[in-house]
Amino acid sequence: MKMTKAKRSRLIYNIVTFAVVIIAFIALQSMIENKTITRSLKGQLVPICCWIVMAVSLNLVIGISGELSLGHAGFMSVGAYTGAVVSGLLINVYQMEDTTLRLVIAIAAGGLLAGVVGALIGIPVLRLRGDYLAIVTLAFGEIIRSLVNVLYIGAGDGRLYMSFLNKKLPDGVVMLVDGAKGAVKIKPISTFTAGFILILITLVVVLNLINSRAGRAIKACRDNRIAAESMGVNVTKYKMMAFVTAAVLAGMAGALYGLNSSTVVPTQFTFNQSINVLVFVVLGGLGNVLGSIISAALLTILPEVLRAFADYRMLAYAVVLILVMIFTNNPTIRSFADRLFAPFKKKESKTGGDAQ
Amino acid sequence: MFFLDNLINGLSLGSIYAIIALGYTMVYGIAKMLNFAHGDIIMVGAYVAFCGLQYWGLPPIAAFLVAMAVCTVLGITIEGLAYRPLRQAASLAVLITAIGMSYLLQNTALMIWGANPNFFPSTFINSTTLHLGALNIPIATLITILANVVIMVALTLFTAKTKMGKAMRCVSEDRGAAELMGINVNRTISATFAIGSALAAIAGVLLCSSYPILQPTTGSMPGIKAFTAAVFGGIGSIPGAMLGGVLLGVIEIFGKAYISTELGDAIVFAVLIVVLLVKPSGLLGKPMREKV
Repeated sequence: MKMTKAKRSRLIYNIVTFAVVIIAFIALQSMIENKTITRSLKGQLVPICCWIVMAVSLNLVIGISGELSLGHAGFMSVGAYTGAVVSGLLINVYQMEDTTLRLVIAIAAGGLLAGVVGALIGIPVLRLRGDYLAIVTLAFGEIIRSLVNVLYIGAGDGRLYMSFLNKKLPDGVVMLVDGAKGAVKIKPISTFTAGFILILITLVVVLNLINSRAGRAIKACRDNRIAAESMGVNVTKYKMMAFVTAAVLAGMAGALYGLNSSTVVPTQFTFNQSINVLVFVVLGGLGNVLGSIISAALLTILPEVLRAFADYRMLAYAVVLILVMIFTNNPTIRSFADRLFAPFKKKESKTGGDAQ
Repeated sequence: MFFLDNLINGLSLGSIYAIIALGYTMVYGIAKMLNFAHGDIIMVGAYVAFCGLQYWGLPPIAAFLVAMAVCTVLGITIEGLAYRPLRQAASLAVLITAIGMSYLLQNTALMIWGANPNFFPSTFINSTTLHLGALNIPIATLITILANVVIMVALTLFTAKTKMGKAMRCVSEDRGAAELMGINVNRTISATFAIGSALAAIAGVLLCSSYPILQPTTGSMPGIKAFTAAVFGGIGSIPGAMLGGVLLGVIEIFGKAYISTELGDAIVFAVLIVVLLVKPSGLLGKPMREKV
């Protein structure tokens, strides 16, 4: 079968994306074995994996589906809490010693519950459009945060105890989630390899979804909802598909993130965190998966490397958001940039690199 | 008594939300964008008034006017620098820019005034209390409620009677047609931002008179809740913003008093979601038709 130009360039893009991730993993892994890796970078490896998965999944919602979700950190917190509770339950009630199996179950549970929450949120939210959708996802993120603030979960006597607002759990129960103190006494079991595998799973899911029939439908809804609808595309269904997939991935990333430290507190997953991920996505390029991966990795490492920069990080992020949006969307600046790069563009089209 | 105290608190908080919501609703109605930075303009207004009272030794009314002037200029500047270049862009791009602007203001305030909370100095407004039988009503509450009513009436008259008000309604209705009729759309939108930002300064001073803790994030939560209020009342509608704001304030205070203090915010946002599901155009809003 002869490959079309567009198909070939997509294939090349996908191969490059996977290659970058795999090569980075091999390089880092060999650095760990040679002990040439700095301590701070080693501690950052799992969080970097989590933020990459968060950025790629949010890119699916913003870049591909064209809806601004501001509650992505909410899904992450659902995943982190679920992961912590499931892991605690498996230790305290089922005495499961195998850390790998526990991690896999915890991540799967985190993804599942975040997906369920995503579906519950998506049903009402995806009927709305544009700015309303953004503000409602923000509201949901805040609701999730308020709820986990007053959530108490404990494990003991072969069962799980859970209560809202009421701190009193029976004696002899191991507290797993302690209200505003968050999920406590977590046994860290996340590994860099697990993070790497999670990134690969994310890439397989997202890249396949983008290039599938469903992905084209999702993009059609983004570009012109009314036209897509009149062509018989079920807009709500496809938007839901992108939203829930992103929620599941965010939940899995959250579980991995939560099981990387000994405590998870609700303040880790505020609106600011959602904006952080939004910056990764915007800087990497809306709809560009490889861009999200690179910007998430760089922007997670950078504040650690440049301590002086850390104070100005959010300020710089804000400026970046505004400038990127103006430079990519202002007609005058765009036409100027097009003319500036026109000589290079011509060369490219001669060799046939046009993806459209 | 507990009920009445809460009702008065709710009305006061609701009036603050209503004043902020008026700014949101005007900008949303005319520029068709969600100005995410509106909440942070409140914070800037409060800080400027705070500096005026604390460091520059201005009388309260002068500090208040300076805050309004600074916010007006700030609003026009933000609109001209960040939002005007994106007039033709997709709403996603504008919204992301507005979020960036909100963060820019917050972090600039953080660098100027630091992260530690400042206590808003006491003026005549927040130090006097009116005793009515067993009821204690702070003057700040009365002034807030009164200011809300005055502002709403003034704005309604402004949009109905003046030339600029009519231009605003035209731009809100159909920007292209308004331009063809010789209305300067950019100037109209700038004027809208100026009015919205001046209202934000008023709201900032009133907010800090009732809740005197001032920090760079002071404005963001009231800002989001006020947007909720604007949606609740029907976005684009001036009486709707007032109704939505007052109802939301009362709901929040009663929710905190009778259900749970921790869940106050969650209750407010739950209201937003229910409203959008049941009546997306809000209490007093007109349903928007879609053109192909």
